[in-house]
Amino acid sequence: MNLKYMYSLLAVIVLFLVSYILAGTGMAFKVLFGIILPYAALLTFIIGFISRIRNWARSAVPFRITTTCGQQKSLPWIKPNAIDNPFSKGAVVIRMFLEIVLFRSLFRNTRLKMKAGPKITYNLEIFLWVGALAFHYAFLTVLLRHLRFFTEPVPILVQLLETVDSFFRIEILYDINQFGLPGVYISGLVLLAAVTYLFLRRVFIPNVKYISLAADFFPLFLIFGIAFTGILMRYVTKIDVVAAKELTMGLVSFHPTIPEGLASIFYVHIFFVSILLVYFPFSKLMHIGGIFFSPTRNMTADTRATRHINPWNYPVHVHTYEEYEDEFREKMVEAGLPVVKQPVETPPEETEKKE
Amino acid sequence: MSEKKWIIAGVVIFVTVVAFPFWFNLGKAAPAPELELTEKAKELNHGKCVMPTDYMQSEHMQLLDLWRHSVVRNAKRTFVNSSGQEFNMSLSNTCLECHSNKAEFCDRCHDYASVRPYCWDCHIDTPKETE
Ligand code: HEC
Ligand code: HEC
Ligand code: HEC
Ligand code: HEM
Repeated sequence: MNLKYMYSLLAVIVLFLVSYILAGTGMAFKVLFGIILPYAALLTFIIGFISRIRNWARSAVPFRITTTCGQQKSLPWIKPNAIDNPFSKGAVVIRMFLEIVLFRSLFRNTRLKMKAGPKITYNLEIFLWVGALAFHYAFLTVLLRHLRFFTEPVPILVQLLETVDSFFRIEILYDINQFGLPGVYISGLVLLAAVTYLFLRRVFIPNVKYISLAADFFPLFLIFGIAFTGILMRYVTKIDVVAAKELTMGLVSFHPTIPEGLASIFYVHIFFVSILLVYFPFSKLMHIGGIFFSPTRNMTADTRATRHINPWNYPVHVHTYEEYEDEFREKMVEAGLPVVKQPVETPPEETEKKE
Repeated sequence: MSEKKWIIAGVVIFVTVVAFPFWFNLGKAAPAPELELTEKAKELNHGKCVMPTDYMQSEHMQLLDLWRHSVVRNAKRTFVNSSGQEFNMSLSNTCLECHSNKAEFCDRCHDYASVRPYCWDCHIDTPKETE
């Protein structure tokens, strides 16, 4: 057993049980989980997020980091790679955009293998890229779909997304089991599957396991917990969705209420979301803001054409070699050291006068 | 610094996006929809639905699913609820007999929760016309 993920797993299980049990005990805890914590968490999230950004914005970039994946623009007859080695601001914007929406850096993942021979090969390893894409887009879709709880009337775009997402009418009916009404949203299931894959990857690939810390496992378990409780609510235990929307609409219109008849599992769901919001600015999840600050992605690679001046440079008093030699020329000559400029032969009296 | 204005723009976008639900609903209270019960619904079963109200609120779609399965697959059309009452398992003829005001009942709730059941593609929602 690996302690790093056992602690994270245990933390999430304890949080689940604590919130589930407490939400069932009475009004006070419902107000805590349903009103106080969500507000506090959102505030922490926004303030924490901005202060992280401010810290990053303040740190100087001493030099250009020219780790690029293509030929830099140089001589006219050498074909440059405009996007992977962007020379202009516009090309940088394209590179950033593709990085953010397609995760191109992850696509470049390769795995080194020894083959008979012995021969070294680098194979394309795209599972992380596929898993990450599935995870992030499923998360985004679920998040946007949740706007139905936070808007009245629900915007037409959100309705459209719901229609597309419930495109697969998976309805399974047996005498003992029925599944499919309410309609199945594929994004929720993809999210759960992808987060499970991302976890298993960290457990079963030895070198990834070696570099995985508790801080890598905790958000995975937490998001698993959110998706799991959400799916449980929708397809298994069923909650009163209208009551849930009353609560969320109360939150966003600043008239918070605790409607009757909301199952405890709902409070667990939003307690987990609150924890995620609080945890976010202090964790690696800040990569959503950090990606915009990656020097290897957001700088033009024009080091051969323009000089990057370190922003913290201040005027330094320099003592050049020429000045140094002027100062010590006689002594150097006396000691037999080579000098660039030969001393001018002057009558000894004059030298003495000077000194 | 030229980056400063981009960073500030980014932060403004971030806050605007995160606060979307707050400014979108500004000044509008959105209480749960008021459902209207027809006189028939109040009379027919002493003001009760086919199952307890809290069950109906959260699980009526599953009940309909069960009904559909039972009629279409097992050819059984009689539903017996937990207190022993019998109902004909029919969407248009039973549910909509009491809730004949679909627009003020089913639809009001569904609009609020943003669900659009596809049942009405086939099932008739004004049962009186059929009889
Ligand atoms: C208390 C509010 C409420 C009322 C009244 C109501 N519904 Fe619903 N109904 C819902 C909610 C909420 C959902 C979606 C549940 C979810 O998304 O988890 C739903 C879903 C459904 C679905 C499944 C739709 C799908 O494709 O997912 C059907 C079918 C349905 N309702 C039928 C009816 C009928 C018929 C009536 C009127 C007799 C009715 N409902 C009245 C709240 C209501
Ligand atoms: C005998 C008449 C009758 C029939 C048949 C009937 N209902 Fe009802 N239904 C009622 C009454 C009366 C209420 C209000 C119960 C209450 O307020 O406690 C109600 C409540 C409901 C609610 C909860 C509304 C709320 O207060 O949030 C839903 C959802 C619902 N019915 C759906 C259905 C569906 C779906 C069917 C068909 C399977 C159906 N009803 C069949 C009479 C009926
Ligand atoms: C493709 C058309 C179609 C759609 C869409 C459809 N049904 Fe049906 N449904 C039928 C047919 C046909 C029957 C069989 C009618 C019979 O034998 O009395 C039926 C029967 C039923 C019955 C039992 C008989 C009755 O009179 O109501 C129920 C309940 C039912 N459907 C519920 C639903 C629900 C709930 C939905 C939406 C989630 C739905 N159906 C969508 C075609 C459809
Ligand atoms: C405070 C914010 C949130 C609230 C109030 C909330 C509320 C709900 C409710 C009421 C449901 C049940 C929907 C139904 O029965 O139809 C649900 C489902 C779900 N929630 Fe949340 N949720 C929140 C945030 C999140 C977040 C951040 C995630 C993670 C991406 C998430 C993931 C899910 C998933 C995967 C489902 C399963 C059903 C689906 O795919 O829509 N939720 N949520």
